[in-house]
Amino acid sequence: MEIPLTISSTQEALKRKKIKAVELVDAYLARINSLNSRLNCFLTVSEESAYTKARKVDKLIEDFKEKAFDDYPLLGTCVSYKDLFLTEGIRTTAGSKVLESFVPAYSATYVDRVNKAGGITLGKTNCDAWAHGASGENSDFGPTKNPWNLDYVPGGSSSGSAASVASNLTLWASGTDTGGSIRQPANFCGVVGFKPTYGAVSRYGVVAMASSLDSMGHFTKCVDDAERIFNVTKGEDGKDGTVKNAKFTMPNARLRLGIPEEYFIGGIDKEVEENVRKAAKVFESEGIELVKVSLPHTKYAISVYYIIQPAEVSSNLGRYDGIRYGNQRESFGEEAKRRIMLGTYVLSAGYYDAYYLKAMQVRSKIIQDFEMAFKKVDLIIAPVSPTPAFKLGQKASDPLQMYLADILTVAGNLAGIPGLALPSGFTKAGLPLGFQLLGPRFSEYVLFELGKLYERAVDYKPNVREI
Amino acid sequence: MKLTKKDVLHVAKLAKLSLSPSEISTFEKQLSDVVSYVSELSEVDTRDVEPTSQTTGLTNVFREDSEEGESLSTEKALSGTEKIHNNYFVVPQVITKEK
Repeated sequence: MEIPLTISSTQEALKRKKIKAVELVDAYLARINSLNSRLNCFLTVSEESAYTKARKVDKLIEDFKEKAFDDYPLLGTCVSYKDLFLTEGIRTTAGSKVLESFVPAYSATYVDRVNKAGGITLGKTNCDAWAHGASGENSDFGPTKNPWNLDYVPGGSSSGSAASVASNLTLWASGTDTGGSIRQPANFCGVVGFKPTYGAVSRYGVVAMASSLDSMGHFTKCVDDAERIFNVTKGEDGKDGTVKNAKFTMPNARLRLGIPEEYFIGGIDKEVEENVRKAAKVFESEGIELVKVSLPHTKYAISVYYIIQPAEVSSNLGRYDGIRYGNQRESFGEEAKRRIMLGTYVLSAGYYDAYYLKAMQVRSKIIQDFEMAFKKVDLIIAPVSPTPAFKLGQKASDPLQMYLADILTVAGNLAGIPGLALPSGFTKAGLPLGFQLLGPRFSEYVLFELGKLYERAVDYKPNVREI
Repeated sequence: MKLTKKDVLHVAKLAKLSLSPSEISTFEKQLSDVVSYVSELSEVDTRDVEPTSQTTGLTNVFREDSEEGESLSTEKALSGTEKIHNNYFVVPQVITKEK
C-alpha cells in the first residue's frame, strides 16, 4: 500500500474507501518498527490507543460518510507529538530523565483539540531535553538522526518530529518553537515547519521552556496541511491567558516581500544564500514585489535571547522537585543545568539590571525593527539557518557555537511573530535547503497563501526519504 | 566578564543544583564565555526604551469568579508519585528540631 502524503489525499482515500484508518496505522507502525532503531525519532509508540482510535474513525466514516469529514476536520490523520505535549495516559518525558516515567493525568489543549478533530496519535517524539538545543543531541534518550544522512543532525529541538515527518513515520507531527525549534529542524529535514504568532495557540499542558517565547506549531509535508491543522489548534481555551481570538490579517491582491539585508551578511553558507535568493526570484516571477528592508538590531537577537530564555527556563524548571511527579533535580542533564545556572545568574541580585532588564529593552528595539519593516512589506523572506544540517558531534562540545546556530530564528520569537519554513531543494551533498517567511502578528493566512503560491510555482511535491 | 568558582557555587545553591567538581570547572568557563558574549548589549543605546516582557498586548486577563470547569480528581492528582500519606503528598523535612 502506498501511504498518502498529505491530509487532503489521506482523507480522499478514506472517503473513497480505498483505505481504512486501521490500515494506515498498520502502515505507519510497520515503518516505525523497521526504521526507528536507526533514526531514534520515537520515544514512545502508542500502538494500542492508535488502533482503538482508528477503529472509531473507520466506524464514523462508515456511519456518516463524507459528512464525518466536515465534523472532524483532521479525521484519520496520524500524528506524533513532540514529547513536551502532555498526553493523558501516554508517557511524556520532555526528552529528560527527570520525567522518564511520567504519565500525565490530562492532555494539552493542542492534543485535546486534535483528538476531538479526529486525529490518531501514533506516539511521542524525541527532542532535546526540555527543548534546549538546536541539534537533538541534548536528548537524555540519545540523538535523533537526520533521515537524509544518518551522520548529520536533524536540527532541534523538535528533532524527532521533523525527522519522523521527513521519513514518513507519521503524516504530521507537533512541535514547539521557542527560538527556532520548529523552523530549523524543518529546514534541516526538508519538510514544512510552521510557528504561529505567540498568543495564537494555547500552551496549556505543554512542558514550559521560556514562557514569553514558546509557541505551539507543527511539521507537515505541505502548506495546506499546516493551515488545516492551525484551523483546529488556534484560539482561546480559557486556560492560557496569553491566547486571544485574534482578527487575522488576510492576503491582499498585491503583496510585497521584504529581503532583510542583515540576514545575508557574514557566515552564511553560499548554497543556503543562493537558494533563498532563488526562492525570492520565484516570488518575483509570480508578480510579488521584492523590497529591501533593514532590521538593524538583528545582530543582538542572540544575546537578548540567551539572557531572556535561560532566565525563564531557570524559573520554569524550578518546579521539578521530584515530590509530586518525576525524579529529583540530580536527574537534570548537562544542558538543562547549564541553562538553569545561566538564567539564575542573570536574574540574581546585582545582575538583573545589567542583563535581564537590558535584554528586555533591546527586545523592544528588535520589535520596533519588525514594525518598521512591516510598514513597507507584507512578509519577509530569509534563510532559516546559516548552514545546512551539520554533523553529529560537530558543535556538541562548545555551547556558544551551538547557541549561534539559532541566529536567524530567535528574532521572530522575541517579536512574537509567526513564521513558515519551506523546503526548496538540496545541497550538492544531498542535504535539504529551505527558507522562512515571517509576517506581522496574526498574519498566518498571508504566510499560508504565499507558501501555497510558492509550492504551485515550483510544482512542489513532498520529499519522503527512504532509508 | 569572568565567573569565579565562588559565583558558580553560589548560583548552584540558588538553583538547588548539586554539581560535581568537573561540572563546576566546566561551567566556570562556559558560563563566562556566554556572559562575555551577551555583554555586547551594553553598546546598545536603550535610554527611554520601555522593556518588553511579553508581546500579546494583553493585560490582566480574568475569568468569572465562579466554580466552573473540570478539575483533577484526587486520585489523578496524586498519580505521579508513590510517596503519599492520607491523600497528601509526602514532602522532605525542611524544618529541623533544635537540639
